[in-house]
Amino acid sequence: MAETSPREAMIDPLFNNNPIALQVLGICSALAVTTKMETAVVMSLAVIAVCTFSNVAISAMRNHIPGSIRIIVQLTVIASLVIITDQILKAFVYDIAQQLSVFVGLIITNCIVMGRAEAFAMQNTVRLSAIDGFANGVGYSIVLIAVAFFRELFGTGKLFGFTILHPVNEGGWYVTNGLMVLAPAAFFLIGCFIWAVRSWKPEQIEEEFHVGALLELSNEGNLR
Amino acid sequence: MEHYLSLATKAIFVENMALAFFLGMCSFLAVSKKVEQAIGLGLAVVFVLAITCPLNQFLFGVLLEEGAIVDGVSLEFLKFLTFIGTIAAAVQIVEMTLDRFMPELYNALGIFLPLIAVNCAILGASLFMQERAYSLGEATVFGVGSGIGWLLAIAALAAIREKMRYSNVPGPLRGLGITFITVGLMSIGFMAFSGIQL
Repeated sequence: MAETSPREAMIDPLFNNNPIALQVLGICSALAVTTKMETAVVMSLAVIAVCTFSNVAISAMRNHIPGSIRIIVQLTVIASLVIITDQILKAFVYDIAQQLSVFVGLIITNCIVMGRAEAFAMQNTVRLSAIDGFANGVGYSIVLIAVAFFRELFGTGKLFGFTILHPVNEGGWYVTNGLMVLAPAAFFLIGCFIWAVRSWKPEQIEEEFHVGALLELSNEGNLR
Repeated sequence: MEHYLSLATKAIFVENMALAFFLGMCSFLAVSKKVEQAIGLGLAVVFVLAITCPLNQFLFGVLLEEGAIVDGVSLEFLKFLTFIGTIAAAVQIVEMTLDRFMPELYNALGIFLPLIAVNCAILGASLFMQERAYSLGEATVFGVGSGIGWLLAIAALAAIREKMRYSNVPGPLRGLGITFITVGLMSIGFMAFSGIQL
């Protein structure tokens, strides 16, 4: 990790090592906010900001944090940043903050922020950590906004609240897909997103599954 | 009594933490490869939720609510820090108590307890509880109910994944991808419960 170049730190998390598609991090707090583009964008910005600044702060303190209490220190830094973010959102975009409800607070337990602080910021310089935090935030935002795009467009025929596909119940032609605004659609879309990314970059495929299971079966003598 | 029963049913089935609010997804996906492990983690979550939810409700009322310490001053903005602190401390205490008094249970749950401190379902439950202004009793029922709901969901997913290892899934979809789609289908299944009231 020590010789990561700034370029790698920036590009890697976007596709090669996307926090959601490959590392399975940070899905928790995010999916519920993807029914609309507006909330998804605000949430993305909040995560990018928190992730960048927490990486900077923790990286700056990395030589002073005792190993045994590092998790608590990281949590405190992140929680403070989230409080600031929450206050800013409430002050300037109150309506959206209301819609995001508890999910802004849940950035604290967002594994991306924690994970990057622990895995990257603790070992790298401030500048690199800032880039890494930003890039991971962006990698996360790409997935979030892609999911929100499909959910809002097909669920309500709108983007950012502007009508794109004129829905039937307002006298148009587009029959809205009710499934898209419900929870399961987010899972399906992320599944498909992962499918797409891994078809494009086949080295990310998890191999152990099928082959390993078959071997196991044959060892147990169930497969003849 | 009926009110509490209704609240519990709602927390377990209708507003299932994992399947309706996507909370605790990281460990939900990471630890659902084996049923035994999944149940271990699920039990630990129930346990911690049952403790932290009422505790946070109490702390919020005593310390943070408007006028709780000084009249006209609301410390509500400190709730994130307070809640996560309580949770981290509670997890630590639970871990030490179990280690001292119930070593079998500790060995079974041991590795999962530290994971729980950063499980969004725990913090999420506390935040929901505060947002909906539950009383102490309601918070306890809600905490336990959410935990049981989460346990059900992760145990079910682990059982499905154990079977799925023997099926021929298209390459790029293997592992994470198919798990997401399975969770989506489970989520549709759980939607059948919506609207139930006792």
